[in-house]
Order: sequence, then C-alpha cells, then structure tokens
Amino acid sequence: MSKSTSWRTATIAAGAIALAAGAASAQDKELVFGLQCDRTGATQTVGIYLCPGYHDYINLLNSKGGVEGYKIRVMEIDHEYKVPPAMEAHERFKKEGAILEGVYGTPQIAALTKKLEEDKILGTSPGFGNSASTDGKRYPYVFPLAASYWSQAAAAVTFVKKDLGGSLKGKKIAYLFFDNPAGKDPIAILEDLSKSEGFELKTFAVPSPGVEMGAQVLDITGRYKPDFVIAHLFGRSPSVSIKEFKGKGYPLSKVISLVWGASEADIKAAGGYEVAEGYHTLQFAGVGGDFQVIKDINAMYQAQGKPAPKEQETSVFYNRGLVIAALHVEAVRNAIKAKGGAKPTSEDVKNGMEAIKGFTLGGMVPPMEVTREDHEGGGWVQVWSVKGGKLVKDGEWFQAYRDVIKKHLAATN
Amino acid sequence: MLHRESGVFKTSYAADMALYPLPIARWAVAAVILLFAVVLPLTLHEYYLSIINLSLIAVVGALGLNILVGYTGQISVGHAAFMSVGAYTAANLAVHLHLPFWVTLPAGGLMAALIGAIVGIPSLRIKGLYLAIATLAGQLIIEWVINHTPAISGGAQASIEVPRPTFMGYEMKTQGQLYFFLLFFAALATLATLNLVRSRIGRAFVAIRDQDIAAEIIGINIFRYKLLSFAISSFYAGVCGVLYTYYFGIANYEAFQIGVSIDYLAMIIIGGLGSVLGSILGAIFVTMLPIAIRLVMEPLGGLFFNAGELSSVIASTRLVLFGCLIIFFLVVEPEGLNRLWRNIRNYFRVWPFSY
Repeated sequence: MSKSTSWRTATIAAGAIALAAGAASAQDKELVFGLQCDRTGATQTVGIYLCPGYHDYINLLNSKGGVEGYKIRVMEIDHEYKVPPAMEAHERFKKEGAILEGVYGTPQIAALTKKLEEDKILGTSPGFGNSASTDGKRYPYVFPLAASYWSQAAAAVTFVKKDLGGSLKGKKIAYLFFDNPAGKDPIAILEDLSKSEGFELKTFAVPSPGVEMGAQVLDITGRYKPDFVIAHLFGRSPSVSIKEFKGKGYPLSKVISLVWGASEADIKAAGGYEVAEGYHTLQFAGVGGDFQVIKDINAMYQAQGKPAPKEQETSVFYNRGLVIAALHVEAVRNAIKAKGGAKPTSEDVKNGMEAIKGFTLGGMVPPMEVTREDHEGGGWVQVWSVKGGKLVKDGEWFQAYRDVIKKHLAATN
Repeated sequence: MLHRESGVFKTSYAADMALYPLPIARWAVAAVILLFAVVLPLTLHEYYLSIINLSLIAVVGALGLNILVGYTGQISVGHAAFMSVGAYTAANLAVHLHLPFWVTLPAGGLMAALIGAIVGIPSLRIKGLYLAIATLAGQLIIEWVINHTPAISGGAQASIEVPRPTFMGYEMKTQGQLYFFLLFFAALATLATLNLVRSRIGRAFVAIRDQDIAAEIIGINIFRYKLLSFAISSFYAGVCGVLYTYYFGIANYEAFQIGVSIDYLAMIIIGGLGSVLGSILGAIFVTMLPIAIRLVMEPLGGLFFNAGELSSVIASTRLVLFGCLIIFFLVVEPEGLNRLWRNIRNYFRVWPFSY
C-alpha cells in the first residue's frame, strides 16, 4: 500500500466515524412524537385540518431550534377511524421510541387505555374520550386535555343560563345528540344539573351516521318548543342540524354546539354564515388567525416561498392541532427542565404534562392547570358565535360546575 | 421443487393411513409449527408481533364467516355484531363474576352462537341479497340493544374494561405474551374448521350451498343445518370478539360496527370462498396490506415530501393503492388467494416437466 492510499483510507475512515458520530448525536438530540390521525375515515372532516396544524407547530418549533435544544420528529399514522390500526400505530410509535402519543377517536383511546398504562406512554384525547378519564389516579396515562364532554356540557348549561337571563327555573332545554357513547356521555351531567337548576331536559338521539335528523328537529321545534338547544354531533351531522333548524324556523341564536360541531367547515357545509347566523359554539382552542403563533407559521412558510397553509381556513380544527402540539411540547419542556437538560423518558413527559400551568400561547390555549388528579386541567372553554359572517368570541375562558363534575368523577371511579 | 410424489412406496397399512403420507408434507407441517411457535416470537420485534396478533384474531373471525358464506352459501352482513355479543358476554362474566378466560371465551362463543342462530332464522325462507338485508338488520338491532342496555354495556360509555388473561398465575399482557394466547386459539380454530368441513356436518353444508332442494331430497335437514351453520359461524365470531376484548383490555361495541362486517366479507372473498387456507390468507392480506403499503411508502415518499406533507400523501394514496390491489388480485384470480396459491403449487409440482 502506497503512502497516499493509506492516507486516503485513513481520511475516509475518519470521515465515516465523524459522520456516524454526528448521526448518533442527532439521534440523541431527537425526540419522537406519535400522532394518530383520521384523514380518510368517518371523521376525516376533522383530521384533514387538525393534523396539518399539529405538523406546522412542530415544524415552526424545529425551525427555531426545537425544544430546549431537542428537535422533534412527528410520526403520524392514519387509522381511518378503525380500532385495530390504532393498536398497530401505538406499537409502531413505541418501536420508534415515541415519548408521547396524540390519540384520536373515542373508540381508539378506549382500546389503548390499558396498553398506554402498561407501556407507560401518555396518550392525549383532547376534547373527546371517556370523561371519567379526567381522574388521573385511575387513568394515569390518559389526558382528556382542555375539556371533557362533562365539562363541555356543564359549560353549555352555564352559557344557556346567562343567555336566558340568569335563571333556568322552569325553562326547557333540548339535548340533541349523536347516538353513540360519546354522545351519551354528557347526559348524566345534564340530568344532574336539570335537577339542581330546575330546568326541564329532554334528549333527542340521532342514529349513526347522523345525516338524517328531520324527525328529531321537527319534534324539537314543533312539539317540544324548548328555550334552548344543546347539540352534540359529529362529522357531517352538525351541518345537517344547522340546516334543519334553519329550515324549521328555529332561531340558531338559541342553539349551542359542543366542540365537535363547531367549525367553519360545518357552517359552510350548512350553507354559509348567513344561514348559521347566531349559532353558538364551544371551543377548547382559540379561533381565527389573530394569534402570534399563526403569524410566525405564515412567516415560516413565506421564508420558504410558499403560501400560508390553506387548512387555516378552518381555523377551529387547525388551531386545535396547534394547541395539542403546543401542549405536547410544553409537557416535554417541563420534563427536560425537571431533568436538567437530559433526554426525558415517557414517564418524565407524563410528569411534565402534570406540571402544565399558566401556559396560554397568546390566548390560544385555555389557562389550564393540569395536576396528578385533574388530567383535563380544569375544563376551560370559550364560546364563539356566528355574527356577521364570522365566528366572534362571546366572552373569555370559563369553567363550570366543577363541584358537580368532581362529584360524578368520585361516583364513577 | 421438493414436492415429489413419485418414489414414495408404502409398505405398511400404518404408512398408507398416515395423515401426511409424503415426507415433504410432514416436514412442512413441522416447519410451520416451528416457525410460528419458536422462530417468529424469538426473532421478531414486538411491533411486528402486534401486526401478527391482529391478523391471528382476524383469522378466527374470517374462518367463522367462511363456514357460513363459503361453505353453506348463506350470506351474513352481521358478523361484527356477533363479535360484540361475544365480547360483552365475556367482559361481563370476567368483571362481575371474575371468571378466567377459559370460561368466558367459550361462554362468549356460545352466547354469540345462540344469537346467531336466532338471526339466522330468516335464512330458512329467504336467500341471497334478501338474506343480506335481514342479517344487516340483525347487525343494527344488536348494536342498538347493546348501546341502549346499561345492564349489558356497563353504562353510557358502553365499554367494559377487562383484566388481562391469566393462565396458571401467569399474566399475558405484552405483545409477545398475547401472541401465544392468540396463536393457540387461531390454531385451534383452524384445526377445528379443517375437521369440521370434512365431517358429516361440513358435507351437509356444502350440499346446501350447491343446491338446497337437492340436499333436502337426499335427506339433509335444511332447517337444522342452516341454523347450525349460523350458530357455528357465530361461535367463531363470538370467540373472535372475546379475543379482541382480551387483546385491547376493553369491550366496546364501536369496534364492531357495520364496517367491520364488510371488512370480514372482503377477507373471505379475497382469500377464497369455501377454503380454510383462503380465510387465513385473506385475513392476513386485509390486515397487513395497508400496513405494508405504509412501510414501503414511508422511505420512498421521504425522498419527495417533508414529514407533514408525507402523512397526508400516504393516507390518501394508501386507500387508492389498497383498492387497486384488491381489484388486481380479484381480476388475476377471481377465486381468491387460495386458488392463486394452488395454481402456483400445481405449476411447480410438475416443474420443469409440465407436459
């Protein structure tokens, strides 16, 4: 071997070692997030906006250097709203070393609850899932962040009470719901409140797939004639309900929808903002584009020479994606800080999630305080109403009837 | 190929009566057992075992549906509902009476068999598409009853959390442990089906499928055997539902909705109606193909898109590819994967002297 070739070999070897070391250090400084989505299944109307929001937030964060020096890699798996693929997705996330999981879908979080606990990886079920999983002692690795269905129902009653002049005595409220476990979940809270607040409650079930509810709406508007309607529908059905109420001449300013019937896409599918004028919606994330984080995202896209993402048109779901991502990142930030900069494990992240407090992201995230006992962080929501062609904020973040919800949590667990 | 029948001479009655007369068949069976019982669980990562686990559960359900649709010629669109019957029966027994899985599992199957036989009663009068609609009604009624009966469903969430299965004090909870649990029942279901279709009952089913009036004339009690077919098929479905329940640790009827029934019909049609191997291949195909497409597309798509865009692209193209592949396989061989496998085998049996 001549001198020059041995030199070359040595240089190549050194280069290879340096490359390998670089790759290894990149691995050390990378955190994996698992995200389950439904972009193609029964609730794709949510997934196609929510998941891009999640990615945009993480990309923005990575472009600014990541969280405490760690870059984040999002591993997304689309489960088509089917249950078995959710388990496959969880195992894949685990194999890739995910430290937390964003689960999507009430049946999916139900099927994963046990496995998440066994594998000690936290799963978030923002705005859906089993309300009883708010109890962090019984369900240590499930986080129904922002507001469970119970908190949403209690908040809706609070809003109705305010709207009807401060008292619900002798008033009639109709509850129009999708006839599945998620739809039936809030009934216990509503029944309890109807006793304590003295209003009359009648429930109207809409069977799956929820695109035909003429009979129920006619029953509500023609026969029952309630003072207010609380609607809890999913997928395509919220837009159908808006159309039906409008068609039967019921004022939409006397209808409030829980969080999954509350997006711009629903209003547009119902025939536009003029049709839905007055419609009230509950939100667990800020609505619209008037937030610093969204301006930063658009600036990031502009710097790459791309237009702002079109998913922002449905800001309700897009912003929820941002909020979920932001809460995940915040949990990881808490975990890294608690370990003094060392790479966190999934259990550290769970503890980090339970330390979230006073994180608002410029008003987009509710002022939640997640604790070991309370995994939804207080059940904060905002009401946004359709006024003059857009969704307008109707009051600040609020929480409702915490004592009633705590009583129910204690009773079920 | 190794598959040679010539040169095998039998010199005793025992050899002539052997279950596997060819040495190659004996080795193949031994190799398959070795592969599934030792090699796969020792070598595969937990993630791949989880995919196999989902396939094993699907195999049980697909075998059951094939007994009804493929062997007896009766269509059912209510298979998933029978799974939920088994699931809730087992979950209630496991939670309220603290019974172990070897009691709840057959109990779930038997309850599903009972309900299945009841839903099957219309099959005595109606056939084909009409029967499909009747069983569809069965699916919707069972879903509704579970959703609206707290005594069965355990409350508004309609989900009952069950403890992990334990056997002689050994708790099965990781994918590797559940693998053996599920493998045992999938193997048992396969063996039972193989023997069932060769028995008097199986022959009667096939006779009914081929021509029910002729079957009645040669002395087959149509009433009895049609209901028996529904009961046996639903028993498998019930067991499949119980396996899902123990696998997820929760019984939830939302995992057994109408779409699942259609998925299982797709499995047996792609795999091959009226064949045991076809049910297995179909169950594996429908469970694993979407995952396989994603695993292939992730590195490929990574060359063109960033992570966020890639997820959107994969989700949509996967559906298109999945549909196209199903059409492709059905056009290539309308009788399913089972026939495809037999064609390949028969080709190599005489290869290279095919004349």
